[in-house]
Amino acid sequence: MEASSKDNKQRFMLSGNEAVAMGCREAGVHLGSGYPGTPSTEILETIAKMVPEMYVQWSPNEKVGLEVAAGAAFSGARTICTQKHVGLNVAADPFMTLSYIGVKGGMIVISADDPELHSSQNEQDNRHYARFGKVPMVEPSDSQESKDMIASALDISEEFDTPVLFRMTTRISHGKSIVEPGEIQSHEITGFKKDAPKFVMVPAHARKRHVVVEERMVKLQEFSETTPLNFIEWSDKKIGVISSGAAYSPAREVLPDASFLKLGFTYPLPLKKIREFADQVDRLLVVEELDPFIEDQLKAVGIACEGKNATTLLGEMTPGRLATGLVKIGVLDSAPAVSDPTDVLPRPPVLCSGCPHRSIYVELKKRRGFVFGDIGCYTLGALPPLSSLDCCLDMGASISTAIGSSKVSDGAKPIYAIIGDSTFLHSGITGVLDAVYNKANINVLIVDNRITAMTGGQQHPATGMTLMGEPAKAVNIVDLVRALGVEDIQHLKNNDQENVRRGFERAEAYEGVSVLIAQSPCMLMPRKLKGTPYFIDPAICIGCRRCLQIGCPSLSLTGEFTAKERQQVVIDPATCTGCSVCAQVCPQEAIHSTEVSE
Amino acid sequence: MSTQNGKITNVLLVGVGGQGVLLASDILADVAMEAGFDAKKSEVHGMAQRGGVVSSHLRFGKKVWSPIIPEGQADVMMAFEQAEALRAMHLLRDGGVPIVNQYSIIPPIAGGGKFQYPESPLAGVLQRFPNLITIDAFKECRLLGNEKMVSVLFLGALSSQLEFSEDLWNSVIMKRVPKGTEEGNWKAFKRGRELASA
Repeated sequence: MEASSKDNKQRFMLSGNEAVAMGCREAGVHLGSGYPGTPSTEILETIAKMVPEMYVQWSPNEKVGLEVAAGAAFSGARTICTQKHVGLNVAADPFMTLSYIGVKGGMIVISADDPELHSSQNEQDNRHYARFGKVPMVEPSDSQESKDMIASALDISEEFDTPVLFRMTTRISHGKSIVEPGEIQSHEITGFKKDAPKFVMVPAHARKRHVVVEERMVKLQEFSETTPLNFIEWSDKKIGVISSGAAYSPAREVLPDASFLKLGFTYPLPLKKIREFADQVDRLLVVEELDPFIEDQLKAVGIACEGKNATTLLGEMTPGRLATGLVKIGVLDSAPAVSDPTDVLPRPPVLCSGCPHRSIYVELKKRRGFVFGDIGCYTLGALPPLSSLDCCLDMGASISTAIGSSKVSDGAKPIYAIIGDSTFLHSGITGVLDAVYNKANINVLIVDNRITAMTGGQQHPATGMTLMGEPAKAVNIVDLVRALGVEDIQHLKNNDQENVRRGFERAEAYEGVSVLIAQSPCMLMPRKLKGTPYFIDPAICIGCRRCLQIGCPSLSLTGEFTAKERQQVVIDPATCTGCSVCAQVCPQEAIHSTEVSE
Repeated sequence: MSTQNGKITNVLLVGVGGQGVLLASDILADVAMEAGFDAKKSEVHGMAQRGGVVSSHLRFGKKVWSPIIPEGQADVMMAFEQAEALRAMHLLRDGGVPIVNQYSIIPPIAGGGKFQYPESPLAGVLQRFPNLITIDAFKECRLLGNEKMVSVLFLGALSSQLEFSEDLWNSVIMKRVPKGTEEGNWKAFKRGRELASA
């Protein structure tokens, strides 16, 4: 965080995630927990680096993360837990009943949603969780609000004895804007005090807590009417706009003359305030991303408004998309003319040069089995040219979906599950337990690259290090698998195609659960690894392009042609790590290590 | 670029993961903020480090609302890779300035036969933008003795199109680049500025 001063006021250019970290510091938050997930990951990482007075941790999954934060809140500490939108699905069980118990110290559940699916398997709208769980929700629209609303949300949490859903989206979490810091408060941890009717959710207690939840909703509804988080900006009254979160700023940009009711506290909605606003404008628009969350609630109480007749249910709200939609319903006369994009070849993300997963996929492609995949870098094996992943549902689903498929298949083709280390610890363990218990005939590949790689290199229970940089006990994945009852366990040697092939053959011949573990560190994290590069002998290369089928970014066509008019391939020595997989697939033995030749 | 009359200046930075696009936009954001403007920056991380497309939107002015540059309203486009310049140029306004690195990163997908890397991407940009500025940033940095200064050399080129003082650029760059590389980076900045002004 690099500070700047103008008029003696400090200003920082921060991402929404960094601003949340600053907000936690200012609001005296004691504990943060969560599981990495784009775009939420940098919140806890920034706190670990910049807020030493706070305790933060990575949990094995979001359910555990939310429960850890809840336990600390029950004990009188101020807490946050972080996750991406689909992470809250994993944590939904404790979230729903936490609403009944409430808190003691303030607690914020941060959900970082991903409209446009920049890095996710779906684009669900987690605002629905607020309504579903009867939990109040706040939504920041920029980094300043991301910081300021942390303190507001904790105050609401403590005043109304409820967790607060803090909903961000990719543009808010990763976008940067200017933040002015505030005062730092401190809060005492009051400690856990026994109170069974509140904390022990058995039916007799929970029935009474449900009454409390409904009474709380009435009070929150009143609060929503008066909180400064919801405010009106009067201007021309021909068009009145209700907006929140990431949709607000494009709306302000596209409709500079309209009046706005800006909502920062978006559940429960301030229906009285909205009705008053609606009564004073000629035409009421709701500008929101994804689902008509606000629009539907207004229509349910008879407030006439428009919204999704102009804007899409898909993706992000951008100024251009909004303007186009507003032309459609006659709010704008014309949208700025936009020229067509030039058709340029796609540049999909690929497995990195030397990625240990590559050798596994090169062999998997040959097996012609069914491959049930999971969430992580290895999902990139689905893309051409590797094209060897057949299914990907959610975190941990590889093993369980493979079991289901194996139970109804004729066994003619081998069934594989492929899962990474962090994902295995997140929710793959129970899948293996199920496979052993229910005698599934599947082959489980655990591709263990010793880090949570896809989200940028986070520690997990098998890395031997905590989020705060403390050494920790590292769980031994092999011992863990054995303890689950797996009898056929093999170690695969990454980048040794013969070894990998033999391992697959043995697993396919074995009736029952085979687990194949390939342990080799990620080439980028925690540190960049580089070996001696390979080179292609142009005198031998026939331009068959077999090596290009392994999808390595270090290989490219030279533009030079062989005698038979086929383009030769070249290796970029600056990026080649010397994994040798291309050399092993070359039918001409044209690829060699530079070390050997020199 | 004029920043008068409450107009917003829109700078688009594009490239491929690992090229330093985000460092360049971070520095530019700080410069805009230090100059007293409101500034917003938007980009998508996630898959960037796996060789995918990286784009960063940087907007500054008296008051900036959306962090996303509306299509066809970018004033300057800094492309760290040639094909990416072609991909993003529809976001530039008529008369906008493309600054393009004479450098190709051919994705593995081009080896499959289905997709071709464009034959002469610069010609495609030049056709729509006769004011195209091209810079061979790697060659220039190699001549200066360090290939890791491409981002800063490129910012030097960009600085020729913006109204910020050299002192301001200097103070921000000195804070942002690794210790010990300050002098080399400043030389790279000056070289980029010189090349784009030529």
